[in-house]
Amino acid sequence: MTAHALRTPNQLQRVLSADDVEALAIGAWILGTGGGGDPYHKLLNLRRLYKDGHKITLVDPMALADDARVAVVSNMGAPIVGQERLADPEFSARPVRMMEQYLGEKFDAIMALEIGGGNGLQPLLISALTGLPVVDADTMGRAYPEAQMTSVAVAELKCYPFAMADIRDNEVVIPRAASWRWMERISRKVCTEMGASAATCKAPRSGAEVKQHGILYTTSKAIRLGETVLEAKRTHSNPIDAVLTASHGKRMFTGKVIDVDRIATEGFLRGKATLEGQDGDLGREMIVHFQNEFSVAFLDGEPVVMTPDLICLLDSVSGEGIGTDIIRFGQRISVLALPGPECFLSDKGLEAVGPVAFGFDIPFTSVFGDEVVR
Amino acid sequence: MKRIGIDVGGTNTDAVLIDNDQVIAAIKTFTTQDVTTGVRVALKEVVEAAGPAADAVEAVMIGTTHYTNAVVQRRQLDRVAGIRVSLPASASLPPFCDWPEDLAEQVNHGAYLVHGGHEYDGRDMVPMQDMEIAEVARKIRKDGVNRVAISASFSPLTAACEEHAADIVRQEHPDAHITLSSSLGRIGLLERENVALMNASLIGLASDITQAFSDAVAASGLNARLYITQNDGTVAHADAARDFPVFSFASGPTNSMRGAALLTGRKNAMVCDVGGTTADVGCLINGFPREANNVVEVGGVRTLFRMPDLLSIAIGGGTKVSSDAHEIGPHSVGYRLGTQALVFGGQTLTCTDIAVAAGLADVGDPALVKHLDKGLITRALATVHERISEAVDRMKTDATPVPLLAVGGGAMLIPETMPGINEVVHVEHEAVANAVGAAIAQISGETDRIYRDVSREEAIENAKTAAIAQAIKAGAQEDTIKVIEVEDLPLSYLPGQALRARVRVVGEAAS
Repeated sequence: MTAHALRTPNQLQRVLSADDVEALAIGAWILGTGGGGDPYHKLLNLRRLYKDGHKITLVDPMALADDARVAVVSNMGAPIVGQERLADPEFSARPVRMMEQYLGEKFDAIMALEIGGGNGLQPLLISALTGLPVVDADTMGRAYPEAQMTSVAVAELKCYPFAMADIRDNEVVIPRAASWRWMERISRKVCTEMGASAATCKAPRSGAEVKQHGILYTTSKAIRLGETVLEAKRTHSNPIDAVLTASHGKRMFTGKVIDVDRIATEGFLRGKATLEGQDGDLGREMIVHFQNEFSVAFLDGEPVVMTPDLICLLDSVSGEGIGTDIIRFGQRISVLALPGPECFLSDKGLEAVGPVAFGFDIPFTSVFGDEVVR
Repeated sequence: MKRIGIDVGGTNTDAVLIDNDQVIAAIKTFTTQDVTTGVRVALKEVVEAAGPAADAVEAVMIGTTHYTNAVVQRRQLDRVAGIRVSLPASASLPPFCDWPEDLAEQVNHGAYLVHGGHEYDGRDMVPMQDMEIAEVARKIRKDGVNRVAISASFSPLTAACEEHAADIVRQEHPDAHITLSSSLGRIGLLERENVALMNASLIGLASDITQAFSDAVAASGLNARLYITQNDGTVAHADAARDFPVFSFASGPTNSMRGAALLTGRKNAMVCDVGGTTADVGCLINGFPREANNVVEVGGVRTLFRMPDLLSIAIGGGTKVSSDAHEIGPHSVGYRLGTQALVFGGQTLTCTDIAVAAGLADVGDPALVKHLDKGLITRALATVHERISEAVDRMKTDATPVPLLAVGGGAMLIPETMPGINEVVHVEHEAVANAVGAAIAQISGETDRIYRDVSREEAIENAKTAAIAQAIKAGAQEDTIKVIEVEDLPLSYLPGQALRARVRVVGEAAS
């Protein structure tokens, strides 16, 4: 890191322990609302990197200098591809290097595009290889499928340049796009050709932009959530209750998966899962739609929870997240609603990520009304 | 229809003869080190006990914990080479990468990555390189490794890459036994590959065990077919089971839970099976074991098996008890219970001795445990009860009190009252519930085919109908058939609207 990039590095940064990384994987998977990719393969890579002596520093976003250069990274594509093409840190780091080369300057820190799912761990993989610190923030506070569904897009920050690479030897830089939606359309086409999976480095952000428009402290939030689940397991208490308490969430449904209709198409994983009620929900049916992430859930035909509220499907027994790529017939699942990031509740925010953005012509109503605790 | 069910556990080998769901005869013997002898003795004894009723036994169904035990105890495992067709992807996480070190050390004799594999839509990712695979195969042969597991990305969609690699390996290394990941599992490369590697490591043992079972049946003089029970409560012909030992991994717990359901007539209950080495707690829902939800670890290896949701604790009849009763387990005397436990004239204090001293069991010679201190007995039993209660409590998913079915040779160790349990049910033959479950194993039907230009609903409905028809043809009773697995994978690389649908159903054997 260059000397000017951090204001008060000593108080505002810490080295993540191996336990932090384990907890982050669990917390990120819950916040992923089914998407962002199963973090397991990235966790495996991180365990190996830690064993080899690599260290990862997490830095408070408020410690960034206004002119610090922050790389925003993620894997793009259909999550199911990640089940068959295993994460590789070298591959994740390539677009960051491409971007540095394109800009002719080095980054000072790395930030996740989305804290949800495996993408919440993506900056850590790159950090282990490059030594750059990871910023404790992201631009979604969860996971979303498209480029314009971020806090920085809602704030109308610049959407370019953009770098992406696949596992063969294909590299693409998009120097300019007319809008975030255009950036999404063009990059998605490339991503589909690359096998519905690409490593990306989004438009770089300045320290000032991160402080003003990033969703702050989401990495440490995910770590705390993961610790809660691990603690519940250690003490044999109910992990679902622990998650609800820790996240100020609400239980929406308890049931068993009776059908999964799913297709990888146009660079996304789309479909719906049907759950048959159990326990208190006996005789009721919930259908949860998804486009990489869970978007809207209908209970007996009525929409009951929708984005930007987080729809989290957890294993009823272990409390671990269930992704849109691994959900399957017979699983017993608890459906939880967690409050969504505040920046998406404005008209502009809802236009980008509300139910209409996912093709549902219904007005947004939050499960949490006005009593939101964040 | 008459059948003999046998359960070969780590401590006991149990056998029952069943005629249309009625237990005609039941016996319990100790497992022997060479397996065959124990099965031979069990067969002989159950046939004798049944007398003339043993005529016309049509099938012998054997369940065994040998494969799980081999992995868990890290013994009798073959050396395996893994070949993954996936480069340039997935290079940082090679085969065996998430195996526990001690197990990998024994089994991993080569983890190779070669170019190829498929995309999510079934297309080839990059061209395969035949020379590269041939070179790997020659290296494996030179290393003297004869078990090979081959995996490829998206092989559940199309096995073309795995099959092509297997052809090359066979040419270069004719002695190799090859397991393809596509024949074992679903989407999830690492977990599917793990199962293939584990299967490959058990081929030698599976060959010995199935041979031992065949020999024992032949020696019994019975003119009966031999079946091996499977994880999902169904059976496979011995010849088919030989190549896929992993499908028999969890047959023990499945059998004991289904046996408990039949013996007690209860369909919804908790089940606690106390054997010689472990107590397994599971949950029966509508007569079937509740399945594990997601990832299942076997011997520390992550898999996506369909298995009963179980909690095993180290409490069994053979579990060692320290002389002050402060430590119980985790070690068990296993099949040596008959010589090492105090009541059988041995020197080791076990849970069986505690049960006999407390008047809960009547085995061996009670005089040999008379000297045990009353306080010690009470303390030991209290600990055993506490651990079992805790395990039962952990496996319950809601607060409503339910009955608990007590089965297994060590069922007397189960407490009579527990929090959240309104009744502890004991029945005749509870000690051999496992063998009963093997004898009533179910019939399955499966379809796995590609449908073109029909809707998804139609394709799945069609696959279900075909699977049910197959199960009925194989002898299942129509009104008991239940769908246990549905998986569909859209194949967008094929022209038109193509979908691969796989459906598995099971049903009770028609009497």
